Amino acid sequence: MSGIPEQYPLFLAVLLFLLGLTGLLVRRNIVFMLLSIEIMLNAAGLAFVVAGARWSQPDGQVMFIFILTMAAAEVAVGLALILQIYQRFKSLDSDVLSKMRG
Amino acid sequence: MLNLLWLIPTLPFTGFLVLTVAGSRLSRKAIAIIGVGSIGISAFTSLSVAVNFLFSPPPGYSFHQLLWNWLNVAGFKASIAFHLDALSIVFILVITFVGFLIHLYSSEFMWEDEGYSRFFAYMNLFIGSMLILVLADNLLLLYLGWEGVGLCSYLLIGFWYKDARNGYAARKAFVVTRVGDTAMAVGLFILLASFSTLDISELMQQVPEHWTTSSEIAVLTTALLLAGALGKSAQLPLQTWLPDAMAGPTPVSALIHAATMVTAGVYLIARLHVVFTLAPQVQAAIAIIGAVTLLVAGFSALAQSDIKRVLAYSTISQIGYMFLALGVGAWSAAVFHFMTHAFFKALLFLGAGAIIITLHHEHNMFKMGGLRRQLPLIFWTFLMGSASLAALPLVTAGFYSKDMILWFTWSAGKGDPLLWGAGILGAFITGLYTFRMVFVAFFGEARKSITRRPGWKIRAPLIILAILSLTSGFVEIPHNLGGKAFFSDFITTVLPTVHIPIENSSLETRLQVISTLVVFAGIILAYIMYLKNLDLTERIVKTAVGAFFKHFWFSGWGFDGLYNLVFVQPVIWVARINRNDFIDQIYTGVARLIRNLHQLFSRSQTGQMRRYAMAIAFGAILTITVVVVI
Repeated sequence: MSGIPEQYPLFLAVLLFLLGLTGLLVRRNIVFMLLSIEIMLNAAGLAFVVAGARWSQPDGQVMFIFILTMAAAEVAVGLALILQIYQRFKSLDSDVLSKMRG
Repeated sequence: MLNLLWLIPTLPFTGFLVLTVAGSRLSRKAIAIIGVGSIGISAFTSLSVAVNFLFSPPPGYSFHQLLWNWLNVAGFKASIAFHLDALSIVFILVITFVGFLIHLYSSEFMWEDEGYSRFFAYMNLFIGSMLILVLADNLLLLYLGWEGVGLCSYLLIGFWYKDARNGYAARKAFVVTRVGDTAMAVGLFILLASFSTLDISELMQQVPEHWTTSSEIAVLTTALLLAGALGKSAQLPLQTWLPDAMAGPTPVSALIHAATMVTAGVYLIARLHVVFTLAPQVQAAIAIIGAVTLLVAGFSALAQSDIKRVLAYSTISQIGYMFLALGVGAWSAAVFHFMTHAFFKALLFLGAGAIIITLHHEHNMFKMGGLRRQLPLIFWTFLMGSASLAALPLVTAGFYSKDMILWFTWSAGKGDPLLWGAGILGAFITGLYTFRMVFVAFFGEARKSITRRPGWKIRAPLIILAILSLTSGFVEIPHNLGGKAFFSDFITTVLPTVHIPIENSSLETRLQVISTLVVFAGIILAYIMYLKNLDLTERIVKTAVGAFFKHFWFSGWGFDGLYNLVFVQPVIWVARINRNDFIDQIYTGVARLIRNLHQLFSRSQTGQMRRYAMAIAFGAILTITVVVVI
């Protein structure tokens, strides 16, 4: 197995993860927050794939398929919730939706 | 016929149940019929049982009726069973008959009271419990009756509960008697632990076999039992509750606090006389307590102005005589005095009650005056009762019973001339305070007009009790005056006779003459001080010494103040210090800490999702750093 050393894709994964996290923290629109979470999930998936390639094991790719499935389910639920939120509050700003303050 | 014994306590209990369940729906007439009728039938039954017992005595002069087994646990057996002998016959006759007359009287006396059915329910419950007390064949059942009458006493003293003072008097009576009852319960535990039975006749056999005379355990047990008797019978030092118990309706005072319940202590000691004989020290203490109590209460009666309080102190004093008799071993004399006292004191209370309602609830006898002409029937019956209380010689029952006690106090083996002296001084005071009451209330000029005349239900009990308080003494006539001893012959089938070292008829006559003179001296002094020469009395009371003694005796020798200072105030003081409950501080502290933490953390719940995400991110970074560094 030759080619790309494993640091590079790991750097890419970290980069993607930080990108997602930053997006999550700075965006106030819930749709974009959901998008950022998807990016973070894919970063984690990429790290799994790299690790699987490093030790020549199929487990990493298996995990990635799991993550994809879970992400699909999550998006389905998340979008449904977003639709509900929008219908009820006529807003998608997460800071406005702070009725759960203790 | 004797098999009907179970019916005697059952009838009052049935009356109680019916009145409790259906009392609010019944008419007053129906309530009176049930309440009075149940006791009436009970009295009739006990009379027929007694006649049957007298004319065909069962073997061993005792009859036992087992109703059912109550407990049978780990070798300890207690049954609901009745024991009938001479002692319990005297008690059930007095309880049911005096009880019936008082119920009849109450049916008119309480007619206008809103709690008519409640009153009769409590009264029936009382009679039932009292009968259980005197008929019980084991001490556990006796204790049940003992607490039952205590409960009824509490309920009836506080019968007019809307006045807070009545409630206070009821609680005081309950708490003070509880002191004695607790001691008595401990005494019963000792008996149970030593003999693993509470059956009275078994105990009476076993106790003398196992305990030696004046052994420590015998003295301890009898002292504890005595404390119970002192509380119930309002003797020194637990006498303070009885004068306050006059807050209840007058028939209650007549029934519970004069005729029956307060003599339960006398019954207990007489019933357990075998145990008490084993502790001569305690018996001597009984005699001394009786002598001191009769003097203390007699002097207190002299200074009262409430007619019911005079009678209350007089009751304490007369029970003091009974304790004196028990202390010198004159068991039959104590029971005899119990019987005559029940008649004349119930009569006096009922007479006082009749005066009180005809005068619009006036208790102060100095505001009565001149009732002799307005209420002749009450005057004459009250006079007969007073004569019996003051022990006017030969014609009154009180003379025979008191004379018997005084004679044994001098002559019995355990007697002492000093005790006799206390008794004779007590007789003088009794004559003085009794006729003070008569002269002040019935003679002189009328100060208040009467508003109504008592009906036959009030008059009939007065007449019957007046006859009984004159004639009931003839069942026992001292031998120097003819010598008839029906009563003590009957009682000695249960209680031992008095041991008299030297029979001396001329001495007996001399003592009788002295006591007669003393009683007349008391009456004459009362006549001088309260009828003839009122100014003299005024002047005596105005002097410093007179005023001091009047106040001192009026407050019952300051016992209430003393107990308040020694027992009540320290408890209140400690309670006030510990108002915030020192132990509870630990738990409130824990609760306060948790509340503060909650307030702190709830501030972090902003409801903003981005902050939560940030917190999670920082938390993750922190965790990873920690893991990497370590």
